[in-house]
Amino acid sequence: MTKVSMTVNGKPVSGEVEGRTLLVQFLREGQGLTGTHVGCDTSQCGACVVHVDGKAVKSCTIFAAEAEGAEVTTIEGMANPDGSLSTIQQAFQDHHGLQCGFCTPGMVMSAAALLAENPKPTEAEIRDYLEGNICRCTGYHNIVKAILAASGQDVAVAAE
Amino acid sequence: MYAFDFERPTTIADAVKALSAEDAQALSGGQTLIPTLKQRLASPSRLVSLTAIPELKGICVADDGALCIGAATSHADVAAEATAYPALAALAGQIGDPAVRNRGTIGGSLANNDPSACYPAAALGSGATIVTDRRKIAADDYFQGMFETALDEGEIITEVRFPVPEKAAYIKFEQPASRFALVGVFVAKYAGGVRVAVTGASEDGVFRWAEAEAALSSDFSAGAIDGLSVGADGMIGDLHGTPEYRAHLVKVLTARAVAAAG
Ligand SMILES: Cc1cc2nc3c(=O)[nH]c(=O)nc-3n(C[C@H](O)[C@H](O)[C@H](O)COP(=O)(O)OP(=O)(O)OC[C@H]3O[C@@H](n4cnc5c(N)ncnc54)[C@H](O)[C@@H]3O)c2cc1C
Ligand code: FES
Ligand code: FES
Repeated sequence: MTKVSMTVNGKPVSGEVEGRTLLVQFLREGQGLTGTHVGCDTSQCGACVVHVDGKAVKSCTIFAAEAEGAEVTTIEGMANPDGSLSTIQQAFQDHHGLQCGFCTPGMVMSAAALLAENPKPTEAEIRDYLEGNICRCTGYHNIVKAILAASGQDVAVAAE
Repeated sequence: MYAFDFERPTTIADAVKALSAEDAQALSGGQTLIPTLKQRLASPSRLVSLTAIPELKGICVADDGALCIGAATSHADVAAEATAYPALAALAGQIGDPAVRNRGTIGGSLANNDPSACYPAAALGSGATIVTDRRKIAADDYFQGMFETALDEGEIITEVRFPVPEKAAYIKFEQPASRFALVGVFVAKYAGGVRVAVTGASEDGVFRWAEAEAALSSDFSAGAIDGLSVGADGMIGDLHGTPEYRAHLVKVLTARAVAAAG
């Protein structure tokens, strides 16, 4: 066992981990942050996406020990400081961007990474960026609309 | 996943030393190795992470004009920063999805030499040099069949050097479930001739299509390969495509790559 320390949602945290402990296990089991989901555990679905030093990564495909010293942001860190939903989260609610909600934490984290890089993405750019985020429920249209709306763009341009 | 010791050295020398232990294995972006460990298809006693070694990261242009990329440079960084070689940057930007590109590295991809991976086509198609902790290996000698390379036990790639061509393009026919190439073709035109490297098609992994290289070296146009054909012998056949289908794609994609290179 080795000790790892990192900043999660602005708070310094540390814990004892094995070499094989995945970041997602450290977050869910070690820190009780169960908002990050494990959909596939095979690096395919993106339900587990978090930000490590500002970049979207699949937390099921990085060891906790590799996040030593890093700034990690999870879905629990996305709401506004007063607890109200962030613009992206609110847009998902307003535009029915979720049904069962299982993929949603990863979708929101990927959307946030996209908008940080590209504040006004086109519909095609949104679909391309979400290539690694799989949703079994919505058919994606409303997720795309939510992200267009969160970026201050007209959602009517999204194809039905 | 079986248990292993984990090390995170900060210099190449320390990494090489740590890798000299029996059953030690390098870990770069982990986008191939971690899924492999989860399936218990690998059981190293020790993993040596290469991601905390500053010497292994970054992109620069050498005195001879070659683009040098540190082995632990992510696909996302190559996509954003390899501006001196646009076809290579475009290839990196099409690997997997954004989260895979933020972790996965060029060194990991070349060391793994998946028969459907994208970077092997770029390295072979550019006549790149694979630099390791102990020697320099020409791409023509480096790729030795599916998942096989010239690397010795414990040897690590430190850098990859790409001579920059006059024109080049990579066309990937994506396998939509895995996001790898069903077939991918990299075409590069140098003053000394044209190179054509094909991934995803052959059971022997990435290969050069010599007839197309000869035809394109004398006439760099999509029509120059009209009269050529690729045999289905030795091509991969699986539920995504027959050997004949892949052989057909090799020619179609080569023509498209030439057209895209302009
Ligand atoms: C969903 C998904 C989609 C993908 N799509 C594509 C795609 O479209 N095209 C494509 O080409 N790839 C694709 N990949 C694979 C991806 O590009 C990997 O990043 C890459 O194959 C391995 O790089 P890595 O840095 O992650 O290496 P790791 O997984 O860390 O290591 C892979 C192997 O290389 C060895 N190794 C790593 N670095 C070195 C080094 N410097 N020297 C010697 N040995 C080393 C390791 O020991 C291991 O055996 C995809 C992966 C996923 C999960
Ligand atoms: S749980 Fe990590 S990609 Fe599916
Ligand atoms: S809302 Fe159910 S998987 Fe996306």
